[in-house]
Amino acid sequence: MAVPATKLKEKKEIIDVGLEEGAARLTYERIEQVINRVITAEMAARMKVYVDTCIHCGLCSTACHYYLSHGTPEWAPVGKVKQTMWEILEKKGKVSPEFIKRASIIASTECNVCRRCSMYCPYGIDVAYIMATVRRICHLLGVTPQYIQDTAHSHSATMNQMWVKEDEWIDTLQWQEGEAQAEMPSLRIALDKEGADIMYSVIGPEPKFRAQLIYQAAILMTAAGVDWTMPASPGWDNSDMAMFTGDFEMMGRIKRTHFETAAKLRVKKIVMGECGHAFRSVYDVGNRWLGWKMPPIPVIHATQFYYELLKEGKIKIARKLKEPVTLHDPCNIVRGRGLHEMMRYLVNATCENFVEMYPNREQNHCCCAGGGVINCGPPWKTKRVESNSIKAEQLAATGVHICIAPCHNCHGGLEDIINTYKLNMHTMFFIDVLMKTMEIPDALKA
Amino acid sequence: MSESKKWDWDTSEELIATPSEWKTKFARVQEPYVSPDGKKVAAIARNEDGTYTACVNGEAWENTYENMWNLRFGPDGRLTAIVSEAGEWTLAVDGVPWENKFAYVWDTKFNEDGQTIAVKIQQDTRYGLAVNDQPWENLFEHIGKYVMTPDGQYMAAAVQAVPLGQAEVFKFKDEGTWTVAVNGNAWEKIFTNVWGLDCSPDGKHVAAEVRMGLYDYTIAMDGEMWPEKFNCVWEPVFRPKTSEALATAPVRAAGKWTLAVNGKPVWDSKFVQCWHQTYSPDGRKLAAIVAPSFGQWTVAIDGKLWATTFNELVTDLTFSPDGNRLAAIAKDDGHWKIVVDGTPWPAMYDMVWPPVFSPDGSKVASKVEKGGKYTIALNGKPWRECEALWNPVFSPDGKKVLVRCIEDGKYYRRIVPISEF
Repeated sequence: MAVPATKLKEKKEIIDVGLEEGAARLTYERIEQVINRVITAEMAARMKVYVDTCIHCGLCSTACHYYLSHGTPEWAPVGKVKQTMWEILEKKGKVSPEFIKRASIIASTECNVCRRCSMYCPYGIDVAYIMATVRRICHLLGVTPQYIQDTAHSHSATMNQMWVKEDEWIDTLQWQEGEAQAEMPSLRIALDKEGADIMYSVIGPEPKFRAQLIYQAAILMTAAGVDWTMPASPGWDNSDMAMFTGDFEMMGRIKRTHFETAAKLRVKKIVMGECGHAFRSVYDVGNRWLGWKMPPIPVIHATQFYYELLKEGKIKIARKLKEPVTLHDPCNIVRGRGLHEMMRYLVNATCENFVEMYPNREQNHCCCAGGGVINCGPPWKTKRVESNSIKAEQLAATGVHICIAPCHNCHGGLEDIINTYKLNMHTMFFIDVLMKTMEIPDALKA
Repeated sequence: MSESKKWDWDTSEELIATPSEWKTKFARVQEPYVSPDGKKVAAIARNEDGTYTACVNGEAWENTYENMWNLRFGPDGRLTAIVSEAGEWTLAVDGVPWENKFAYVWDTKFNEDGQTIAVKIQQDTRYGLAVNDQPWENLFEHIGKYVMTPDGQYMAAAVQAVPLGQAEVFKFKDEGTWTVAVNGNAWEKIFTNVWGLDCSPDGKHVAAEVRMGLYDYTIAMDGEMWPEKFNCVWEPVFRPKTSEALATAPVRAAGKWTLAVNGKPVWDSKFVQCWHQTYSPDGRKLAAIVAPSFGQWTVAIDGKLWATTFNELVTDLTFSPDGNRLAAIAKDDGHWKIVVDGTPWPAMYDMVWPPVFSPDGSKVASKVEKGGKYTIALNGKPWRECEALWNPVFSPDGKKVLVRCIEDGKYYRRIVPISEF
């Protein structure tokens, strides 16, 4: 395996029309007005606590994969806060359009809001919250990277992140159902089945690019004998890039659609596919913006669902993967939900040779794709990959060729790292592993 | 209600069919659906040759199809399904497909008496509605939510009227691409977004929640926006039984929600959340589901709160026909409940369905589930358990309940006196 490249020499200027055009429209007056409105009407007391509490010790630095990959202070979490929120507060919003553009770049492309740094801060300061507030200000000023803004627009128009039209969604489910029936004739992807036990929801990229994941989920559900349904209307997508652009009003609308779709179907539980940020949006952020303390319909991430199916004996493992595998702990379901031991149970149940990467569990390094960073699109790809050489080193040190990563953004980010640093690995979702290892009852086979 | 006067309210028990036996006739049989009057039970069935049909009271439709989904009875008892033949889709009504075929069909809706049936259509990547087998003359880039008047004469839909290229972020937010089409005719005004909408009962007015740019939310009525802009809005409803066009919508300002009529706040109270506003049938009372504080949910009637709050969810707000009573579904500490006039029934369930009032409003019935068994609870008292069950219907005199249920694999239509609950 190749040794990862390290240390960027210098920051290259990246042109993003969303930032350039957005900043060109700004006036000093508008910037000041918007910032002061956010400060007085939206910022929670915790922002003041965080700002007043930080002792500038820099212990957060070594938590951050950007800092570990580049090695200079401006990449440290405290450095990013210094360049953005401290300046904004100190100048009471009297900052320039160029400053706002730079703040948007830092908040949207140099921080994955992964929350690893909070664990290294002696006071537990939530830098992700600070960066999310910077993004909120940039959203309200119309200075957001083009591609993630386009994704937020897709959410607003279609309630999914990939501009998938309503007929395309249903047609894709029927297509996958037809394909899967060749393998399992009794299989059915029941659309809008009121009173089913479970609503299965996915993210926009699944019908758009990774339809096989829907096929595989249908195989799993059928093998496990689960009473499940998928909605035939908007509300099927649990993802939420509006959460990451700072368009909280749109985030709330997306989450309302998702939960009300489930409530209308009278399901008892929502099981969502292997996506991390979507879990954060339904379990933590979006539901709470709407006034729900917890999800009004219980939501579990796919990994917890697989774990429960295995523990309850509803699915059985016929054979284990022989190849050595490692496991990447996604931020939003590990630091955000604590599913790491369930995932290890899954790996050990399905794989003969599990090689931990170090650090792991809640200490794991982020993929550098999450938090909306990969959604900022092609202009930012090289920077994103170069900003995570530490991840490449971490992956390379395992010496294995398979990395299980139960999160869509992690998949995208890790694949880019693997390809760039020539790590000779490939990623798998847990559902990919289960399809290779799970027992399919004879009665269900074609 | 008017239709139910014609139904048989005297036969206490009628074995309609035995759906459990249908599995022997077909390769696969899906979940059953029943007609509003309870006289028919139907399911999508797959033949051994892979074609699909509908099995109604044990008899298959004459026509078979390559694919079939969304089996639904209309209010008049006609059975519809979305079907495909030779790669084209249409709607089949009582087994007979519409003459018009489309690249895709979905989202079936009925008017109040079921005589008007509409579906969304896609043809040559253009989108619109087909109503009683007639597609709209004008089709659009895409279609969102749609509604129709109770008489079925007017349809209003959110439509994307302007094409949009890949990642055209400034065109999307500055110029807008969405509007409202009424019976296929689009408003001139273009918005960034259009979501939920409502038609006035007479069909003369349409109101929709819209966004101009990324920050200004408001309601547009008949193509004109309210002068007032808000931080967020939810879908409007029209007040019934009035000649005035009074669009009523939840609006958010300074982080709190309230209700506004034609742009002006009507309640002094402000909430963490406010939605699903509902007028009483006579239009005199206005209620909404609200969160008076974070994580606490209840109902506000004319701005006044129920005394009880619930910590997970309140949904399916329902006025009695006379408008004097109000019921809802609530979820609290993981349990589902029926709440009537602010008081929850003592029993807690694994799932509940929308409450139904008797014509005089004195009784409330609901389908409920516990431990995988279903029953009807009337004023909180359960009937016997069944394998499957549909929503109860009160007789016009309010003395009996139509119970449509499956027991031991057999589908029964039962008329149960309320004294048996």
